[in-house]
Amino acid sequence: MKILVPVKRVVDYNVKVRVKSDGTGVDLANVKMSMNPFDEIAVEEAIRLKEKGIATEIVVVSIGVQQSQETLRTALAMGADRAILVVTDVTTESLTVAKILAKVAAEEQPGLIILGKQAIDDDANQTGQMLAALLGWPQGTFASAVVPNGDRVAVTREVDGGLETVDLKLPAVVTTDLRLNEPRYASLPNIMKAKSKPLASKTPADYGVDPTPRLTITKVVEPAKRSAGTKVKTVDELIEKLKNAGAIA
Amino acid sequence: MTESHTAIREEVAKLCQQFPGEYWRAKDRDRAYPGEFVAALTEAGYLAALIPEEYGGAGLPLSGAAAILEEIQRQGGNGGACHAQMYIMGTLLRHGSDAQKAQYLPRIATGELRLQAFGVTEPTSGTDTLALKTTAVRDGDDYVVNGQKIWTSRAEHSDLMLLLARTSPRDQVAKRTDGLSVLLVDMRAAVGNGLTIRPIDTMMNHATTEVFFDNLRVPAANLIGTEGQGFRYILSGMNAERILIAAECIGDAKWFIDKASAYAKERQVFGRPIGQNQGIQFPIARAYAQMRAAELMVHDAIRQYEAGENAGAEANMAKMLAAEASWAAGEACIQTHGGFGFAAEYDIERKFRETRLYQVAPISTNLILSYVAEHVLGMPRSY
Repeated sequence: MKILVPVKRVVDYNVKVRVKSDGTGVDLANVKMSMNPFDEIAVEEAIRLKEKGIATEIVVVSIGVQQSQETLRTALAMGADRAILVVTDVTTESLTVAKILAKVAAEEQPGLIILGKQAIDDDANQTGQMLAALLGWPQGTFASAVVPNGDRVAVTREVDGGLETVDLKLPAVVTTDLRLNEPRYASLPNIMKAKSKPLASKTPADYGVDPTPRLTITKVVEPAKRSAGTKVKTVDELIEKLKNAGAIA
Repeated sequence: MTESHTAIREEVAKLCQQFPGEYWRAKDRDRAYPGEFVAALTEAGYLAALIPEEYGGAGLPLSGAAAILEEIQRQGGNGGACHAQMYIMGTLLRHGSDAQKAQYLPRIATGELRLQAFGVTEPTSGTDTLALKTTAVRDGDDYVVNGQKIWTSRAEHSDLMLLLARTSPRDQVAKRTDGLSVLLVDMRAAVGNGLTIRPIDTMMNHATTEVFFDNLRVPAANLIGTEGQGFRYILSGMNAERILIAAECIGDAKWFIDKASAYAKERQVFGRPIGQNQGIQFPIARAYAQMRAAELMVHDAIRQYEAGENAGAEANMAKMLAAEASWAAGEACIQTHGGFGFAAEYDIERKFRETRLYQVAPISTNLILSYVAEHVLGMPRSY
């Protein structure tokens, strides 16, 4: 079975982002970029399935700026087999990405698509669901366990009430949650091998998709600073204060 | 630095994140060897960076190894536990026979054999290497070794030792640099059979020892290169060592500067961040400038080394400048943190102790200045 893993280049999770002074977005100048952590989990899961002999080939795909190549090389160093980069300089929206991925899937015919449940830059949490809808495939989102069995896959989902397991017919789309696995770091020999693994460069036009954004960001602001709290000595005092603040009747 | 080194740095950083400050503090407190960290680095192939591919290594140029070691220090770790596994094998690689290389290098590459002990310095000779007194006397198919070494780091955590010993008396050699030979000592068989290792307690967690040889028999087949030429073989490996130690110091300096500037931005005293005060800003900014200057010298030394030129002066100066830069950065960092800089849980006092070593080892600053004065500026030899 072939597994397709879409990955996104995002601001590294350790970076303290700053909003641009004109409020149009986040300042990306000289900021460390890395693979979206949920996508790293997706790559890891695909590699584990290959190590178990269930997957035969792992294709990673990224849609974004030319430097997304580095993100793909990271996935190749972890253990993916080949990569596709769809180069575009415009801001990628979930629907655009889902449309391109649907075309890539039509071409590659994977048995399973595993991707992060959301990217930590815009936190949209849409691409996987949109992709499943466009393909007409079943979806298992927020996965904490992925167990393929023949032409089906059991996906344990982290839902509000606990865990839910869905049994999907392959091909299917799975989005990863944080507890699915712990991604590996690449070994030096694998970093060296990754350099010679195939990386195909494409454009949205190759897939007949127009990437022009359909949404406009009107304003980006920093979260309001938390004001200082007060300490109370008794429960009665707490209730009194909450009443005074109008938080309870 | 090339793109692949960026990838290497990122993956080394991920590996190091599995070994956070708590790990290093516990090892430091117990004076214990960071075996788990060394095993992880070994398994991921990083310690075999400089071993050619034909022997199972990655065959990287020196800049690759420098990137690995710099990143370890930058992440708050300490490569001193195993950095020598990367470069001591260089003497074997350059001067060993094909049979010796085939016998040892592939197993050094996998980490099955650890070659990270280097027996050169002696209590009575110090940096005056030609005055060393340990002797290796040929007896049949063996050399019989007698004498003592000191500051032999990692001897308890190494399978093999590269030993420099006198095979011809000093007054019987044609050139003053003749008469020393390099032997590869299998310490696993030798401990208790003529080899005694005694750990030395030091101000930081650095597994250093003194080593005693009492009629230790080493097979003559373990002689590296030609008898009597050992001093030259050792010298040829020293530039690589100095450049790599310099890269580690750059990593330390970056760690200190990151810590100091982050704390200066956050810490509020008198109603504003302390980093708003020039008295706090300037030492950190100066340390950064000093680190960048030293880093450029490290890059230049690497460039010369990789081009096959004699990088002696630049390797020495890079080590000196980088060690001074890491110390200045440590100084700025501990001062910025005030009392908290002395609290073990901030890791600063540990790194402060650890980075101090590099103004002394593997060569002291004064000897570097003597080298520059004599060999670059043509002044009379001072010692």
